Amino acid sequence: MTIEINPELYAQVPDAHGRFGPYGGKFVAETLMFALAELEDLYNELKDDPDFLREFDLDLAHYVGRPSPLYEASRWSDMIGGGRIYLKREDLNHTGAHKVNNTIGQALLAKHMGKPRVIAETGAGQHGVATATVAARLGLECHVFMGEEDVRRQALNVYRMKLLGAEVVPVTSGSRTLKDAMNEALRDWVTNVDNTFYIIGTVAGPHPYPMLVRDFQSVIGREARAQSLAMTGKLPDALVACVGGGSNAIGLFHPFLEDNGVAMYGVEAGGKGVETGEHAAPLSAGIPGILHGNRTYLMQDEDGQIMHTHSVSAGLDYPGVGPEHAWLKDIGRVNYVAATDTEALTAFHRVTRVEGIMPALETAHALAYAEKLAAKMTPDQHIIVNLSGRGDKDILTVAEIDGIDLGAL
Amino acid sequence: MSRLGPLFDDLRRDKRCAVIPYLVAGDPSEALTVPLMHSLVHAGADVIEIGVPFSDPMSEGPTIQKGHERALAGGTSLRSTLALVKQFRATDSKTPLILMGYANPLERQGYAVVADACADAGIDGLITVDLPPEEVDAMNTELQRHHIDNIFLISPTTSDVRVATITAQASGFIYYVALKGVTGAGHLDTEAVERHLQTIRQHTDLPIAVGFGIKDADTAATVSRCADAVVVGSALVDLVAGDFARHQSDATAISSAHSLISNIRTGVNLATSN
Repeated sequence: MTIEINPELYAQVPDAHGRFGPYGGKFVAETLMFALAELEDLYNELKDDPDFLREFDLDLAHYVGRPSPLYEASRWSDMIGGGRIYLKREDLNHTGAHKVNNTIGQALLAKHMGKPRVIAETGAGQHGVATATVAARLGLECHVFMGEEDVRRQALNVYRMKLLGAEVVPVTSGSRTLKDAMNEALRDWVTNVDNTFYIIGTVAGPHPYPMLVRDFQSVIGREARAQSLAMTGKLPDALVACVGGGSNAIGLFHPFLEDNGVAMYGVEAGGKGVETGEHAAPLSAGIPGILHGNRTYLMQDEDGQIMHTHSVSAGLDYPGVGPEHAWLKDIGRVNYVAATDTEALTAFHRVTRVEGIMPALETAHALAYAEKLAAKMTPDQHIIVNLSGRGDKDILTVAEIDGIDLGAL
Repeated sequence: MSRLGPLFDDLRRDKRCAVIPYLVAGDPSEALTVPLMHSLVHAGADVIEIGVPFSDPMSEGPTIQKGHERALAGGTSLRSTLALVKQFRATDSKTPLILMGYANPLERQGYAVVADACADAGIDGLITVDLPPEEVDAMNTELQRHHIDNIFLISPTTSDVRVATITAQASGFIYYVALKGVTGAGHLDTEAVERHLQTIRQHTDLPIAVGFGIKDADTAATVSRCADAVVVGSALVDLVAGDFARHQSDATAISSAHSLISNIRTGVNLATSN
């Protein structure tokens, strides 16, 4: 599908109110409004400042290890026998996922503001680890809020955060997953707003977070665009990325939005199947509403209560999605699809065995869809999949699902 | 037509401070809500603030969060909250009632539908925690059709410029959030509250209610010397839930609530008559 979009459209979002069409905004309690204004003012001052950008780029190069490679998954592509699949290797970043691009950026903002304490919410623990990492490096006090259910299923990341000096706060309210961790982080921020910087891990939350997280993550797409041109002489035919809150997807997609020939697919967590209701796919099956400071697609019931979600991957187990994705869906620029738990697990095993790359379960959703898409394409076409994180953290989950007793190996 | 304006006119004339208890609709059960509301009025409540249960009550501390969870477990929604309000109104057409809640349940039904339903049930005002002035226009238009007040929050972090913006759009009264934090938190700095209230009064003649951190008759009495109303939330929610859980008796829980609000009423009356 090729759509005619005025390129200038993409430069116009978000508007001054933080809106992407009808989505986004600043739906927070009054106490936080000054903190958002303070952050917005600082970011607007720094985002085009050459010194700030140089500092950010140097950290990405020397601390994160950027640029991350674009790797042609030859053996897997040969097996599929259709379009060629290239993997944007965000798993090779320091801390093992794309999350660190954003925490580096926000930690620099915290430093400019002189805030001694940072907080974060986390689902799979990747954003928590990335936050704890930058906090350790800058000597900041760090508290990470994590649903009790996620603390259990991501025990390795919990321990990593503790080793890094962060305090991990288990959240026992609501569904005890990512959404409740974000509620609790917002409650902490309201209470400690004077000395605390809230490092939000995805392109959701109140303005200016969806904008600044997108900007920090867009390094993924800028690199991928140049790498694709260098390696293949052309732009990719399609981009594929998993979407929970949507930061790795926006990071890959955003620098390509004006390239009308590049199709884009955001892959949500289909859980046990979108038709079963047990999933985490608000763009596929949700309704717009207001949660965590922004208007976006949500999984909610007819009374406006947020529904419990289900996904095998803790990082996608979220009932909302970044407001820019909601807008990109409505204008038809990005196609949003879903992959089930089973499809993701199959892709996890396949890419591990065929390419020797063990993806995160979140990423495996994107790989599952990429395989279907590549099968319908020709070998002169190519897809870039954002390999957003590595799967080490998920080994225990996969073993449990596969019925493997690690002690008996 | 909102009952808040006439009420506060009377209170001002008599130099009295309003007592506003807060409860979550349907907590701990829908059967208890209406009798509890009548009992609070009998104990001296001037206005009742009714929390609309929401799955993600971001500004609430643990006590009121649990209230929301109990109410949701019993199936209470915005619709059933308004049904309870109608029941209350069958025998009390005088006490102003305000809803306090979050935007999504309102947005889901549509602001026009909600405004109609609130007017029909006899609601006088709405406080929507996550609809700051920047985001409130669509709802305000609908509330104004029915002369329902939109009550804004002002916090210790609200700048002077914002106070002016907010008071220009507000009606009914201003709800001053007395501390940086969630409901039921921490220690109240009453001198700081008094200073902030003086600043707000430079911008508006609207009455100012103070909430968050008022735990008992003493804090209520202290705050009542500078405020037009005091809101008692977590202390009441905690008391009712605790009593109900221990005794499984509506009557016991209602009687404890009555005592708490009576004590606060007395404390506030003494403080403001001096």
